[in-house]
Amino acid sequence: MLLLTCPHCGTAAEETEFANGGEAHLKRFGPGSPDADFEAYMFNRKNPRGVHFERWRHAYGCGKWFIAARCTVTLEVFATYPAQVTEPPEDVVKAIRAKRPDWEGWA
Amino acid sequence: MSHRLDRGGRLIDRTKRLDFTFNGKRMQGYAGDTLAAALLASDQMLVGRSFKYHRPRGIVASGAEEPNALVGLGEEPRFEPNQRTTTTELFAGAKMVSQNHWPSLEHDIGAVNNAFARFLTAGFYYKMFIHPRPFWKHVYEPFIRRTAGLGRAPEAETVDADRYEQIHAFADVLVIGGGIAGIAAARAAAEAGRRVILCEQAAHWGGRAPVDGVVIEGQAAADWVEAQIEALRGMANVTLLPRTMGAGVHDHGYVLAYQRVADHEPGADKPRHRLWRIRAGRTITATGAIERPLSFAGNDIPGVMLASAMRDYAVNWAVVPGKRVVVVTNNDDAYRTAIALHEAGVAVRAVIDARPAARGALPEAVRARGIRVATGTAIRRVEGGKRVTAVELCAQESDGAEASERIECDAVAMSGGWSPVVHLWSHCGGRLLWDEAQASFRPDPDRPPLGHDGAGFVIAAGSANGAMLADTVLADGHEAGQKAAGAKKKSRAPKAEAEEEEPLAPVWMMPARAGYKLRMKMWLDPQNDVKVSDIQLAAREGYESVEHAKRYTTLGMATDQGKMSNINGLAILADALGRPIPQVGTTTFRPPWTPISMGAIAGEARGPLFQPLRRTPLHDWHEANGADWEPVGQWRRPYCYRRAGESRHDAVMREVKQTRESLGLLDASTLGKIVVRGPDAGRFMDMLYTNMMSTLKPGKCRYGLMCNENGFLFDDGVVARLSDDAFLCHTTSGGADRVHAWMEDWLQCEWWDWKVHVVNLTEQFAQIAVVGPNARKVLERLGTDIDLSREALPFMDWREGRLAGMPARVFRISFSGELSYEIAVPAGHGLALWDRLIEAGAEFGAMPYGTEALHIMRAEKGFIMIGDETDGTVIPQDLGLDWAVSKKKADFLGKRGMEREAMVAPERWSLVGLETVDGSVLPHAALAPLEGENANGQRKTQGRVTSTYHSPTLGRGIALGLVHRGRERMGEVIEFRGDGGRMIAAKIVETCFHDKAGEKQHV
Repeated sequence: MLLLTCPHCGTAAEETEFANGGEAHLKRFGPGSPDADFEAYMFNRKNPRGVHFERWRHAYGCGKWFIAARCTVTLEVFATYPAQVTEPPEDVVKAIRAKRPDWEGWA
Repeated sequence: MSHRLDRGGRLIDRTKRLDFTFNGKRMQGYAGDTLAAALLASDQMLVGRSFKYHRPRGIVASGAEEPNALVGLGEEPRFEPNQRTTTTELFAGAKMVSQNHWPSLEHDIGAVNNAFARFLTAGFYYKMFIHPRPFWKHVYEPFIRRTAGLGRAPEAETVDADRYEQIHAFADVLVIGGGIAGIAAARAAAEAGRRVILCEQAAHWGGRAPVDGVVIEGQAAADWVEAQIEALRGMANVTLLPRTMGAGVHDHGYVLAYQRVADHEPGADKPRHRLWRIRAGRTITATGAIERPLSFAGNDIPGVMLASAMRDYAVNWAVVPGKRVVVVTNNDDAYRTAIALHEAGVAVRAVIDARPAARGALPEAVRARGIRVATGTAIRRVEGGKRVTAVELCAQESDGAEASERIECDAVAMSGGWSPVVHLWSHCGGRLLWDEAQASFRPDPDRPPLGHDGAGFVIAAGSANGAMLADTVLADGHEAGQKAAGAKKKSRAPKAEAEEEEPLAPVWMMPARAGYKLRMKMWLDPQNDVKVSDIQLAAREGYESVEHAKRYTTLGMATDQGKMSNINGLAILADALGRPIPQVGTTTFRPPWTPISMGAIAGEARGPLFQPLRRTPLHDWHEANGADWEPVGQWRRPYCYRRAGESRHDAVMREVKQTRESLGLLDASTLGKIVVRGPDAGRFMDMLYTNMMSTLKPGKCRYGLMCNENGFLFDDGVVARLSDDAFLCHTTSGGADRVHAWMEDWLQCEWWDWKVHVVNLTEQFAQIAVVGPNARKVLERLGTDIDLSREALPFMDWREGRLAGMPARVFRISFSGELSYEIAVPAGHGLALWDRLIEAGAEFGAMPYGTEALHIMRAEKGFIMIGDETDGTVIPQDLGLDWAVSKKKADFLGKRGMEREAMVAPERWSLVGLETVDGSVLPHAALAPLEGENANGQRKTQGRVTSTYHSPTLGRGIALGLVHRGRERMGEVIEFRGDGGRMIAAKIVETCFHDKAGEKQHV
């Protein structure tokens, strides 16, 4: 069971205290968007072996959404940060690079 | 024969005799015995039959690795199959029954399989039961079902009489295993000031060291252990948990430990098992090692035991399995057994050592006792049926075609070396390396399982880490404790004295070049009847992956998971494949280490505590007034209120009739009530709902739909505008939390700069629907400052004021088609308002109604119900709700999804009303089949029933359903399949069956 730290309230808690919300940093495509973009937004999900960004909600705590950057192989959590961003913050990217020099990067 | 010695037995109390039975036979043991020790003391070596050949099976081991000595224990309602006698403590009145035999353990008919053993090789089931196909259902499957499974399951209807509990605990350092390594580790970590939990699966501390006669710091191991435990018990930062097994190591240092609180004292006022859910900073696995058997012909005959087990029984319980014993080994450790038995007065006929020479201190000590040591020698074959009678010897480096010698004996102690227990290390991805010297896998310290911080969180210690001598075990344990604690100051590890040991010689088969006849009598897995020849056959047939070979041959499956057999099995597989053992690798180690009870997994979550129950403010009133409960999400809602002697159906009909004719009352408190407030509330509401909400005026209500981004409808309800910057969203009862979370998701993750906040007020208000032609009259009788007249409070308006002296919001909305007001008051006023309504409504025959009456009335009006008419694939347009989908708005959630080709295709199924031609009620979810099959080979269908009821208002069956191009087919009669294939004709009609003009709700 994962141990995650909510960046909003600072609580480190069991996975069962949080609710997973799938891949993070998706760009929403609304009315008028091309089928391919809408399809990608709705259905095409990364399934990386390695660095992954995913949404979590502190459902049984402060209720806030955040994003966890973690490794799907070793389960190491590189960082958690508030969800109010469209891409991973610079310091998070740096922290990941320091531990995974071969990482191909986000996006 | 196996028997109890006159003296000795460090764990038994000879002053306390305990009676028990085995297959109905009365026997006696001592307090401190395990079931296995007590059975052996009563000369009960034969304890079961094997799974496939029904061969006699005896006790082999003394711990968790035992594959054979599993029994059914206890009686209903406490009966449990597959209880391991080697790890279960004896208690007074224990009732054991052996497994896998018929009609009796001594005379078993299934043993005839043994005669056909050469036809029942690896993969037998796969090969045998594939042809002819029709045989499967009526011949093979019933046969397999009858013979499969170990033991019998408890009676299906039995409710476990015991209670179980779970506990959360936290530790900086969790030490699993209370042998000397674990104790040294716990002491080191505790002295560094860490919070320490030390758990041990057995009832006693110290593991093997006291049995092996180890001397630690000048003390006998048992004394040292006792002193250490005493010291640890005195430390406030240490928790000691005996009888507690580390069951599983999970992600990020989450560990499940299984405490057998009261197994040894049935009837005590305690939970039987307790599951510890531990978060540990570092976990030390000091789980010891398991002795490997040797593969020689007849090594499964009762009386052949692990050498260490024989030593355990002799030293711990003063039980020996025979009077004349042969020890067979490839290492020095087994010589300790020879010494222990000799000192207990047992005749050790010989030590058979496969190594060309044995010159270590232990072999010399054995020779000094006058015991013969035969080196370079193998057991060719064990003689005996239900009991060992003799062994034949031959040279280890031979094919064993002929015996060189025969020794009569009644027990054989075997040792093939030791395998570290790496299970817990491996549960979470810890990697292993192959230790050539010990011929075993051990944890690779450079590749531990990783925690959330990327650091290893498991440290293996002692024998579990490959340290096999007492001194290195202690040093390793101590170091692990210091490391886990992050201790800055290095302290001295306890010192032990133990004999030096010469290296072992890997021996995977005895003799080394044994022919087929011998190999097919060499058992690897005595529980599942897997032999050396089976693994070799699997390899020849192409099962090269160890995981495939396991499943094909059943090696290491079932209750013991191959604790004793796996390493030998994969060594044979590696040999057959011509590959080194580490390249073949191990099968996956999965939790739990040994099986844990279902009761412990459930813990307290049974009966009323299975899940939280949500109660409305009126719950108790309903309960006292005949409510027939129905679960709605976690709520309980009255399905109907039954009167004495009344059926459910009759009650529902009465409630509908009375509501339509005069007055009904509904507890609608479970309806979701979410407030959306802020300068951008209107903009947000327009995104959430398919229809336009920003134009709604304060004081007005509007029915709205919510779709996901696919365009599929997932919730609906009436929205009331509270003020310029606030809306109150009513949601479905089951959907309130989901909708609230949905709103938060969009607000926090997509439109985080919008000035809006949402609050779920569902439980803050009681809501009561007052429904029927007399609704207005009863409200006026309660006294109110709100003008309830048709003109002042028209349909779909709401007002705030006082009603019956309480602060109230009155919504003039209707889910029944009747004149209807929904009154919301603060939850604490709910019951008072309900009482007043019942009282004032008496003159109108006010009748509380339940969810079924609500459903029928809404269906009569053609109103949809989320979850009935929707199933996650239905868009509003399918339901004829186009009017509630804005064409003006540039965007809303689901709009893009609805634009897709398949969503606008005329081929979609649409909602229609259905009237059976004969007036009967269509079955739930009935399908309307068509001739022919679709692309998937399934029968084509053209429609399905989504809601179906008997309408008391119309006196006939009515239904709603989704039908292919349904709205274009008004008046057409189609057939639905009823029970038993009976076809029922139904006419496609409008969805609204009652008061089509909507006059009744507008009065």
